[in-house]
Amino acid sequence: MYEFSYVKPASLDEAAQLLANHDDAKPLSGGMTLIPTLKQRLAQPSHLIDIAALTELRGIEVTAGQLIIGAATRHIEVATSMTVRTALPALAALASTIGDPQVRNRGTLGGSVANNDPNADYPAAVLALGATVHTQRRAIAADDFFQGVFTTAIEEGELITRIAFPLPTRAAYAKFPHPASGFAMTGVFVAETGGRVRVAVTGAGPGVFRWREAEAALADRFAAESIEALVVDPSGLNADIHAPAEYRANLMKVLASRALRAILNSSEGAVA
Amino acid sequence: MSKVALTVNGKPVEVEVEHRTLLSTVLREALGLTGTHIGCDTSQCGACTVHLDGRVVKSCTVLAVQVQGQSVKTIEGLAPSFDASGARLHPVQQAFSECHALQCGFCTPGMIMAVTGLLQDHPQPDDQQIIHGLEGNLCRCTGYVNIIKAVKQAAQMMQA
Repeated sequence: MYEFSYVKPASLDEAAQLLANHDDAKPLSGGMTLIPTLKQRLAQPSHLIDIAALTELRGIEVTAGQLIIGAATRHIEVATSMTVRTALPALAALASTIGDPQVRNRGTLGGSVANNDPNADYPAAVLALGATVHTQRRAIAADDFFQGVFTTAIEEGELITRIAFPLPTRAAYAKFPHPASGFAMTGVFVAETGGRVRVAVTGAGPGVFRWREAEAALADRFAAESIEALVVDPSGLNADIHAPAEYRANLMKVLASRALRAILNSSEGAVA
Repeated sequence: MSKVALTVNGKPVEVEVEHRTLLSTVLREALGLTGTHIGCDTSQCGACTVHLDGRVVKSCTVLAVQVQGQSVKTIEGLAPSFDASGARLHPVQQAFSECHALQCGFCTPGMIMAVTGLLQDHPQPDDQQIIHGLEGNLCRCTGYVNIIKAVKQAAQMMQA
């Protein structure tokens, strides 16, 4: 690692001030992507601003039909929270499949969403549920938030404070994890909220995206057979040593079908 | 440089570290606790697994300055000291020994720390829970079958 200065601010305001004062400062939350990146000398921040313990970024609550989770909430807390498991079991199930236990004990919701790794799990939930990403400055709709590989609407010095998930009527996430990292080779989150169906795909393309054809097909008939009838064009999907684009195109259908079967076979509508 | 005060295996310690120093480096180099192994440089292998305030973490992916005031348990602090029954090993260590749940042994300290974390959450885990619970730990000898056997035996020993 290159040298940096570690700072632990006492408040969100102080954290924002530190980020504003130092152009090359980076916020540190769980550090599950940032620290490995620093170890490989792929980044050289001047300061790390540790926001993980800020009380403004913590907490899980259900209010006015929304599940609101603080940005510094760790994956293990989302996975095991009775509030989440009751209100939005598909999200708790998703969190329980992120990485491995050591990663889930450190990594945070806000860190994952801000990083927007194209293979990360949480962005699929945020997009499919039509969640709102709150920062210390504004509220950003999920449809405007994710802007491609490791790119979001977040501006310099802006910090995610919490994410508000509208509670769906039914929802499920199904993923094909990379066997070594646990990241989604492909993951599909299906949600019906307020009578509207949204389907978000992670891992398959250059950043999370909505699968509009699947949404239309499911609006017509909410069944796995609707997905199985679709044809997925692999052009533009990811291809790497782990899987060619055609494989990921097929995974989209397989996983969307699994998510639907989980929803339709379960009163809770959750699947890992 | 900063001073970091933490508790390691029940004892308060204070170390002076560069901000970029990893917890694993402090454990191994400043405190001489070399049971915590470094098996990779990519945060994947889990050989450096320790408990931080009771939860498993990869100590190679935590900065020492992040654990100010927190409590760390390493493989050296797992076994109870001699007691009336004469037991020297933690049940998970005992089960790993009896089931020969190791080949070269390099991953073993991290495996054992991960297993003790797993058994906190799932005192009687089934095969899927064991496999899911040990996803952060790699055994490059691929000796997983006996590791799973040892987890089950340890669970029985700890229930008894």
